[in-house]
Amino acid sequence: MRMRKTCSFIRTTFQSPAAAVRAKPLLRIPAACGTALLLASCRNVGVLDPQGPVSAAEKLILFNATGIMLVVVAPVILLTLAFAWWYRASNKRAKFRPELVYSGSIELVVWAIPAMVVFLLAGVAWIGAHDLDPAAKLHSDAKPVRVEVVSLDWKWLFIYPDLRVASVNQLIVPVGAPIEFALTSATVMNAFFIPQLGTQIYTMPGMTTHLNLMADRAGSYPGLSSHFSGDGFSDMQFIVQALPGAEFAAWLEQARGGAEVLNTDAYDELAKPTKKVASRSYADVDPMIYEHILQLAAPMAAPSAESN
Amino acid sequence: MGKLTWAAIPLDNPIQMGASVFVMVFIGSVLAIVTFKGWWKYLWSEWLTTTDHKRVGVMYVLLALLMLLRGFVDAIMMRSQLAIAAGSAPGYLPPQHYDQIFSAHGTIMIFFMAMPFMVGLMNFVVPLQLGVRDVAFPVLNAVSFWLTATGALLVNVSLVIGEFARTGWLAYPPLSELQFSPGVGVDYYLWSLQIAGVGTLLSGINLVTTILKLRAPGMGYMRMPVFCWTALASNLLIVAAFPILTATLGMLLLDRYIGAHFFTNNGGGNAMLYFNLIWAWGHPEVYILILPAFGVFSEVIATFTGKALFGYRSMVMATMAICILSFMVWLHHFFTMGAGANVNAFFGIMTMIIAIPTGVKVFNWLFTLYGGRVRFEVPVLWAIGFMVTFVIGGLTGVLMAVPPADFVLHNSVFLVAHFHNVIIGGVLFGAMAGYNYWFPKVFGFTLDKRLGQVSFWCWLIGFYVAFMPLYVLGLFGMTRRMQHYANTEWQPYLMVAEAGAILILCGILATIAQLVVSIRSRASRRDLTGDPWDGRTLEWSTTSPPPRYNFAVMPRVESQDAFAYMKQTGTAGVFPDKYESIELPGNSPNGFVTAFFAVITGFALIWHIWWMAILGIVCALLTLLAFGWIERVNVEVSGEELARDARARMPKAEPV
Repeated sequence: MRMRKTCSFIRTTFQSPAAAVRAKPLLRIPAACGTALLLASCRNVGVLDPQGPVSAAEKLILFNATGIMLVVVAPVILLTLAFAWWYRASNKRAKFRPELVYSGSIELVVWAIPAMVVFLLAGVAWIGAHDLDPAAKLHSDAKPVRVEVVSLDWKWLFIYPDLRVASVNQLIVPVGAPIEFALTSATVMNAFFIPQLGTQIYTMPGMTTHLNLMADRAGSYPGLSSHFSGDGFSDMQFIVQALPGAEFAAWLEQARGGAEVLNTDAYDELAKPTKKVASRSYADVDPMIYEHILQLAAPMAAPSAESN
Repeated sequence: MGKLTWAAIPLDNPIQMGASVFVMVFIGSVLAIVTFKGWWKYLWSEWLTTTDHKRVGVMYVLLALLMLLRGFVDAIMMRSQLAIAAGSAPGYLPPQHYDQIFSAHGTIMIFFMAMPFMVGLMNFVVPLQLGVRDVAFPVLNAVSFWLTATGALLVNVSLVIGEFARTGWLAYPPLSELQFSPGVGVDYYLWSLQIAGVGTLLSGINLVTTILKLRAPGMGYMRMPVFCWTALASNLLIVAAFPILTATLGMLLLDRYIGAHFFTNNGGGNAMLYFNLIWAWGHPEVYILILPAFGVFSEVIATFTGKALFGYRSMVMATMAICILSFMVWLHHFFTMGAGANVNAFFGIMTMIIAIPTGVKVFNWLFTLYGGRVRFEVPVLWAIGFMVTFVIGGLTGVLMAVPPADFVLHNSVFLVAHFHNVIIGGVLFGAMAGYNYWFPKVFGFTLDKRLGQVSFWCWLIGFYVAFMPLYVLGLFGMTRRMQHYANTEWQPYLMVAEAGAILILCGILATIAQLVVSIRSRASRRDLTGDPWDGRTLEWSTTSPPPRYNFAVMPRVESQDAFAYMKQTGTAGVFPDKYESIELPGNSPNGFVTAFFAVITGFALIWHIWWMAILGIVCALLTLLAFGWIERVNVEVSGEELARDARARMPKAEPV
């Protein structure tokens, strides 16, 4: 709720980015061209096509912050070109003022302008960092789904501890339900990122990071590793399917009907380095498998630390 | 021979082998020409053993230009790979090779292009601007250069023997640990940077000492040229930050060589520690690079507007503020590591605060242009190109300082576009401005203006064509370091980026052509006044090129912009009645010999050839000790000689 409130605060304060641009008629043309360019290829525009509350809020902050800065940056660019041109040595009409090397009032203004912009942006950053803290749970009437994510060489394992299923390189989530991710890595570091749903986060061996996302609309969204992890990195992609409740239940049924079980043996087989792995699912999951993976990555850590 | 076998030569890789053969033929032909022409003696006594800060500076810049070529070849190979590797196409570079190329590109461009370029400019210019005869420790200065060159050499040896790191330019563990990178690539990376890092640290100490302790009489801190201030800030950062790099890489070396567990997955290691440490060096590092560039632009804009720099005190304050603040922002490089909201917000806001002094600098340049009389020589083109380009890079940088924005932009090609925007638009443009500006001072003739303009426009337009598409792709969700991608909608953007890289290639070729044409027509472009641009600072008060001792008589500094003041009051170029003899440091082979053994040591350590490593270390230490004990041979220049010299050299035409 708090997030919504802040976002609407930002919206009413700065309006939409288009409105920020409207204030500067000179910027309208490049902005329009940019928009046209983006719309021309409007499939798969990632961050610009948010499908959940987190990514929508982030896109808004992205545009607001850019708009705030453009108010100063655009005139600076134009003034640079204008001053350089007008004060060219061959322009006899320009007044040469070699004595103009200090002015207290100009100094005050040049320190004040960036300071004020930063003051405003600092507010955006502080509020945004708190509202969109990856570890903060999202509010919704729907029941949250817990997903444990493991990055392997070079594929993604998704474990649904409450539903007792797991999948590789495909993440199926119900629309409108908060997804609570706990993430780790079985090998090197990676980063878990679904551009259309927002916030990415590192996966680190022996440690768990937390992330909360939600899909507002049904659809299939590309996901990827955004932290280089070796030779198979480029194919470390996965597909997120956001399904309406009934379809999600159907998928669950189908997954549970499979033959494969994710126990330590199956995990050891899966953990071998492979590239371009096709998606698949596990009908049942050893409930301790995630803890097992954490321990494998950090075998000498104190046992009590792992059992949570 | 340790791990070294014939299998280390990449005979099975035609691209790598071709490059190796090309490099060896090039080096071979250079050596052959030197031998054939009988230049060895000249080379040895005038360059390889020189302790003259000006020549050391020239060698730094030469190294930087060579490494720019190497780094650019890597860049255009990557762009070509990505222009074709769409959908199911694998491109022409397999991941094992592509990963080495992007790692080498980053490492070379930062450590062996940008750093030597800036250190070279500072080496040449700072003592001249301060009105002194050399840096504080001339022999150490030569040692610093040769150690940097050693690092560059080792990185390039990896092309021919073995492999380079496949980990990215910061070699993040656990990927860079022995468990995941068992080859010698990471060792090449580590030892090259360790050896070059010692050189950089020594050079930092040298320049800080020079600026703090050696200034012409009358030059108080508030009369120092702004370039000296930025050099001071940059070198203070080197002194404070490079030990962190050395310690961090040292810990990774211990992990790899003796099985320590600083950053490993097991044994209680933690890679997060490395991220924090490497960026505690890495963020100041970007200011080490950009601050001297800011200094160059300040000098260039003031000179070519015919005005003193607007708001000198503000500029000094802003420089020192950036210097201090740069140590308080490192965490913004990993907002996505799961730190709490307070931590992320704090570092985000600290990062934005750096934008204040930086913004002040831009405004002060703007007001220097205002009311000026701008002569559009080549250096000023680079400066104006910088002002326009850099504020865009600043905008995207501050944008990513907002944690929630970074959550979706981190590690994307948007980030890649951002740092190329500030490093090309800031550091490289600054280096090129400085190169064009001080070249006549260094060699005594000016560079060709027309080819200089061609080079500038190719670089400027090439930069925008190459990197604006990456900003867009980053927003589309394209992450960095991909060797191929499934989404064919990205391909047109990457083809445009490839076209931009080709334009930049034209810019580089124009720079080379400019140098060649200018050298061939040097007779007609001699700078006889020593002051071709109507300069304001002391380096323009001596002849071009300056004599070994820079100034026959130490200049007396009466104000800011000391030389402009002298010209105003008519005290410039006045011959004194009497010259006093001066002592100059003699040549020393210390740097070259130490570096020779450092190459052997580094190579042996990389390949685990322990006997050779011990031999190399012992010889390097003995060299240092031996030269330490030898009485310094100083060269005395007598008063009569100075007077004779001065008459022969002094301006034949009055300065404008």
